[in-house]
Amino acid sequence: MDLDLSATDGFRAEVRSWLREHVPASPLPSLETSAGFDAHREWERELHGARLSVVSWPEEYGGRGCTPLEWLVFEEEYYAAGAPGRVSQNGINLLAPTLFLHGTGDQRSRFLPSMASGEVIWAQAWSEPGAGSDLASLRSSARRTDQGWLLNGQKTWSSRAAFADRGFGPFRTDPEAGRHKGLTYFTFPLDAPGITRRPIGRLDGKPAFAELFFDDVFVPDTDVIGEPGDGWRVAMATTGNERGLQLRSPGRFTAAAGRLVSLWRSSSFADDSAMRDRVADAWIKARAYRLKGFEAISQSSDAGAASSVNKVFWSELDVALHETALDLLGADGELADADGDWMEGYVFSLAGPVYAGTNEIQRNVIAERILGLPRGGR
Amino acid sequence: MDFILNDEQELFRSTLDKLLSAADVPAATRAWASGSPDAGRSLWKSLSEAGVFALALPEASGGVGLLPVELVTAFRVLGAYGVPGPYVETVAASVLLGPSPLASEWLPRIAEGDALVSLALPEVPYALDADVADLVLVANQADARLGLPGAAHESIDPARRLFSPAPGEVVSSGDSGAAYNLGVLLCAAQLSGLGDRLLSLTVEYAKTRQQFGKPIGEFQAVKHHLADAYVALEHARPLLYGAALSHGSPDFARDVSAAKAATSEAAYFASRVALQVHGAIGYTDEYDPTLLIRKARALRGAWGSPSAHKSRVLASLDG
Repeated sequence: MDLDLSATDGFRAEVRSWLREHVPASPLPSLETSAGFDAHREWERELHGARLSVVSWPEEYGGRGCTPLEWLVFEEEYYAAGAPGRVSQNGINLLAPTLFLHGTGDQRSRFLPSMASGEVIWAQAWSEPGAGSDLASLRSSARRTDQGWLLNGQKTWSSRAAFADRGFGPFRTDPEAGRHKGLTYFTFPLDAPGITRRPIGRLDGKPAFAELFFDDVFVPDTDVIGEPGDGWRVAMATTGNERGLQLRSPGRFTAAAGRLVSLWRSSSFADDSAMRDRVADAWIKARAYRLKGFEAISQSSDAGAASSVNKVFWSELDVALHETALDLLGADGELADADGDWMEGYVFSLAGPVYAGTNEIQRNVIAERILGLPRGGR
Repeated sequence: MDFILNDEQELFRSTLDKLLSAADVPAATRAWASGSPDAGRSLWKSLSEAGVFALALPEASGGVGLLPVELVTAFRVLGAYGVPGPYVETVAASVLLGPSPLASEWLPRIAEGDALVSLALPEVPYALDADVADLVLVANQADARLGLPGAAHESIDPARRLFSPAPGEVVSSGDSGAAYNLGVLLCAAQLSGLGDRLLSLTVEYAKTRQQFGKPIGEFQAVKHHLADAYVALEHARPLLYGAALSHGSPDFARDVSAAKAATSEAAYFASRVALQVHGAIGYTDEYDPTLLIRKARALRGAWGSPSAHKSRVLASLDG
């Protein structure tokens, strides 16, 4: 057992120095606006130019074939540098692992390079008005047509979909089969004929996600991921990525906790013991999540149910950390236009315990699949 | 970088685990609490023969160490079974004894499992099991002195017999900080092991205890309590091993404090969940898991409270 990171020192230094030279001096406009979305897309292109947009991917798709440890180091440096949010994260973290696992060679070459460069930004289209935590109850359908499928129905809470280029998600292709059977995993352009997008304002009014209406939207067979009818397995194979380290890497939280400590020092609460406990708690938990990440990549088993443990922990840490920051700011904790982006982080954090499977679902997964408690009894 | 136990460390862990699962630790604990330390002393000897104290001492004193990862692994197992006795105190005291004239006599005795040492420090005012200890030390920032047991106090955990020792003759000079930091690490290790074991005992209970015609572990409200305890414990353990690996570095004090704060809170939370899920039986003196439930409360405050350690963490972060 050791925590010797020196083998990654050279890589860390390269990333740090590149970020120091390239991270925009003032924050980009919010990526939930049209102008901000374009600015973040441009940033992805710049990252890609330095081969830093998808460091853990194979070189042929624009990556560097980095080890998981190098990837963790990249993330630490990225967030410590205060670099822009990743507008392409849903593609990179959720669809790409699915393509590596279940995609064809043709799909990988068509989709991955343009995802790596930010030329094509992807949005996840899983939830439906009647299918949230109970995703397997989804009703949007796809029926066979010549050389492809016709998609109908409605998807919702689709992050980035207001401005993104393509979407991905499961549709019901065999209504006679059981809940988890008869689903097929599709990808589609969001400007395809028959798709209507309606942006949805989030808690603070910004249009962070969208609903999508499908009216006989044609998708060719070549854009189906995995076998028809195998969509549930294809989807579940990568939920670990959505819940665990990949989507919310430790670097985000260690960087935010460091900023919180600075905020506390300069606040009027530096002598307040209750506030001190909360600040220290956030710092300690961010460190715990970082070390837990090292433990996870030291084990050969894949994320699976363990990612549910991560998800409950980081989502609650994120909320508590940002609540503490707003409390330290006192009356300014209400301001949405203050320096430091604490409010943006707070509003974003509030969604964490809900998306990617609510924390109640994660606790069921932990109890049943890790602790071995009997299933059922919702 | 490889942040998991290697095969040798895992073998050592499972050896200690087998040793303690074969012994009747609850009976030894109850006897210890009532002033009959023979069974506890016998366990002490067995654990010493398995190498527990050797890990803390240099070769010159009959040890193989100091090996912080192995020590933490051993103390997690001691915590899991709630083994009574001043284990943490004895190892912490060995740091103070090292530079003293008493070293040549006492360190080999500690290595051989032939010496129970009790200890009081500014942050640890009560000397654990000072009445049965072969040696009592009282130390602070200036020096370490021999101590006499002094006034007795009752703990919520009757197997922790506490005393306010009276300081006597000086045995060495120097700061007790290093002894404190090592004790904090090992107390955190006990809490981590205790929390894990209480959770697993409680999960087993929830699988077998039936109400409303089914195991209570099938109810979502019960599942979520247990899942939350698991999440907390799983994120406390890496802080513990992270601290073990920073032994000897300038971050050691910060890291043991982070580990103690997190393991105290996680283990205490697990003890509350254990009590709630067990229901009335968990509240009884006769039930074995109760021995761990009350020890969680005691160890949370021993060797520095979570709040004290959080304060130390922040103080160690330079602006």
